Amino acid sequence: MARDGSTALRIEHLTMRFGGLVAVNDLSFDVERGAITAMIGPNGAGKTTVFNCITGFYKPSEGRIALQHGDASAWDALDNLTASGRRGMTRADGALFLLERMPDYLVAQQARVARTFQNIRLFPGMTVLENLLVAQHNRLMVASGYTLLGVLGFPSYAAAERAAVETARQWLHRVGLLDRADDPAGDLPYGAQRRLEIARAMCTDPVLLCLDEPAAGLNPRESAELNDLLRVIRDEFSISILLIEHDMSVVMNISDRVVVLDYGVKIADGQPEAVRNDAKVIAAYLGVADDEVPKVEAEVGL
Amino acid sequence: MAAGAQGERVGLGAALRAASLTGLIAFAALLPLIGFLTAVNGSNELTLTTRWPLLFAFVAIIAACRFIHAFAIVPWLARRALRPVRSEPSASRDFIRGWFIPFAIAAVAAYPLAIFFTLGTNGGQKWIDNFGVQILIYVMLGWGLNIVVGLAGLLDLGYVAFYAVGAYSYALLAQTFGLSFWVLLPLAGILSSFWGIMLGFPVLRLRGDYLAIVTLAFGEIIRLILINWTALTNGYAGISGIPRPTFFGIPFNANDDGFAAVFGLQFSPLYRVIFLYYLILGLALLTCFVTVRLRRLPIGRAWEALREDEIACRSLGINTTNTKLTAFAMGAMFAGFAGSFFAAREAFISPESFTFIESATIVAIVVLGGMGSQIGVVIAAIVMIGGTEILRELDFLKSIFGPTFDPTQYRMLLFGLAMVLIMIWRPRGLIATRQPSLFLGARKTIASDPIKQGRG
Repeated sequence: MARDGSTALRIEHLTMRFGGLVAVNDLSFDVERGAITAMIGPNGAGKTTVFNCITGFYKPSEGRIALQHGDASAWDALDNLTASGRRGMTRADGALFLLERMPDYLVAQQARVARTFQNIRLFPGMTVLENLLVAQHNRLMVASGYTLLGVLGFPSYAAAERAAVETARQWLHRVGLLDRADDPAGDLPYGAQRRLEIARAMCTDPVLLCLDEPAAGLNPRESAELNDLLRVIRDEFSISILLIEHDMSVVMNISDRVVVLDYGVKIADGQPEAVRNDAKVIAAYLGVADDEVPKVEAEVGL
Repeated sequence: MAAGAQGERVGLGAALRAASLTGLIAFAALLPLIGFLTAVNGSNELTLTTRWPLLFAFVAIIAACRFIHAFAIVPWLARRALRPVRSEPSASRDFIRGWFIPFAIAAVAAYPLAIFFTLGTNGGQKWIDNFGVQILIYVMLGWGLNIVVGLAGLLDLGYVAFYAVGAYSYALLAQTFGLSFWVLLPLAGILSSFWGIMLGFPVLRLRGDYLAIVTLAFGEIIRLILINWTALTNGYAGISGIPRPTFFGIPFNANDDGFAAVFGLQFSPLYRVIFLYYLILGLALLTCFVTVRLRRLPIGRAWEALREDEIACRSLGINTTNTKLTAFAMGAMFAGFAGSFFAAREAFISPESFTFIESATIVAIVVLGGMGSQIGVVIAAIVMIGGTEILRELDFLKSIFGPTFDPTQYRMLLFGLAMVLIMIWRPRGLIATRQPSLFLGARKTIASDPIKQGRG
């Protein structure tokens, strides 16, 4: 689905409490289809918590997280779906999922949301290629007749596995790891592990890709390569990307929209240029000189 | 030259010091174990006798080993480390690698026949039964547990429970309903995997040490049920007279319709033992075949991925609950097969056969062999089970240490020693490398460093 200004993911009144701590407080924003939305904010602002709520690793205390596939007209069914108590619905023109009702693996399997992690989570003892095949687990499981036909050696599984290897090969080529395909993932250098994790997420065939600090620990050249890769994913594959990032060269270069969190509250939301010049953002995130603090605080009403 | 000679002299002194220190430690450690012997005498009194010659023989052997190690092996290893590594592929190595498995299977298949024709019907039984069947049972159990521990990374200390379920399923169903071995074998597997799933559900959220404790408790629960539910299991007394498997309906007995008579042979119990040998060999090879096959299927890769990183698995849409339960169920199923074979072989089972030490032995086989390695399990089973049996055969040691010396008494001591040595030299097991399940260019063996051992 190409970029058409419609919404792919809608987060409404999301609140996440851990005991007395409110990590995310009444957060609402939309992720545009086929666009790159960046979520920024100081450490501890609740960015990763929002990710964990979207991907089902946390169950939000309050709020609705709705993801839509296919035609934008599917959004009409949102209120009916919410009232019905079901997790999602599929019809001819699209599908709609309420992610806050789904366990983590179903968010990935049915709602097709893929994610990466702040501290890379590859399968270090398995080869690069195997990592990408594990990502295609559900498709291959069906092809292997839930293991039964596969054990007996039915040819349909061999064809499915060849197709999966071909998908993996294409992604390895794209992220420049084709010559490392048979090496254990844990032996790759850091930057390559980051790229592999993105490739692995893409092998799950997602509609929404959530990247938690994809540029962390990368040198400037690797950051530039990452920018290119994310643009390819957005433009060629028309996938909506939501990313958390501290590297402003990445955020300002490739984001179509930036959402800024501070203490679990959204303080700004808009084009990168507008956010860059927002006084609240400058105060909270980019920082101000010591002597300007009282002035800026008065300006933003603190 | 002078420096070399001096280095050697210094080496000799250091080696002697190391040897005497080791000798002292060995003396202190072995004094209560070997130096003293308590025995009950004729008037039912506990008497303490000392065995100084034996103790000093042991201490001398250990000190000598340490001396050789420090004086010869360490410098040799150091010299070898300096030599450049030759790693060009050699044709002979490829040949050995390609033909090792077919050759090994052929050798194992020919083993009972070779024994039969060399030792005849009288001497062969011990070698086929104790060294063949007994080891193969543990190889099969090791391969079964390897699915749970080696692939999925779930430490299961109660594996013997499923072995017991299989054995009792066969014994009770065969006695009550008179069903044949071939009907009950799959049934015992299904019942065991059912109990594998029953155990799997409550422990899904547990990891590492906690999982090990709960599975250990599960093993004990099953054993205690077998002891206390006397109406069903006959308690401690066990179940005897379990029907034996037949050769396609022909029983192995001395009657006119028995195996020997039908094939025109002199009756001998050895034929049944040979049949049982091929039966357990077939079952073990089935276990191996299915495991190797599963590793290359998505479920097997999901097990290994689960061992590596469970959270990443969930983020990729893998249902970790089902994945863990299938691992438990598959592992338990093979234990169930082995259990029903065990019951059919012994014709008598009791809870005594399913104690924690059995679970510990199977886990030790998997860990010593190298988690996830099929060949490693075979080597470890041969060493651990065959080693126990071979201790019974070392009668010549009596001529060295005196007529009262019984090598089997040192079984646990040798086990402990083997464990310590393995943990020092090969902490990830004998074969700690991993073969990738598929490859694009060339298959590369993965060294043990990046492989996770699993904490769940």
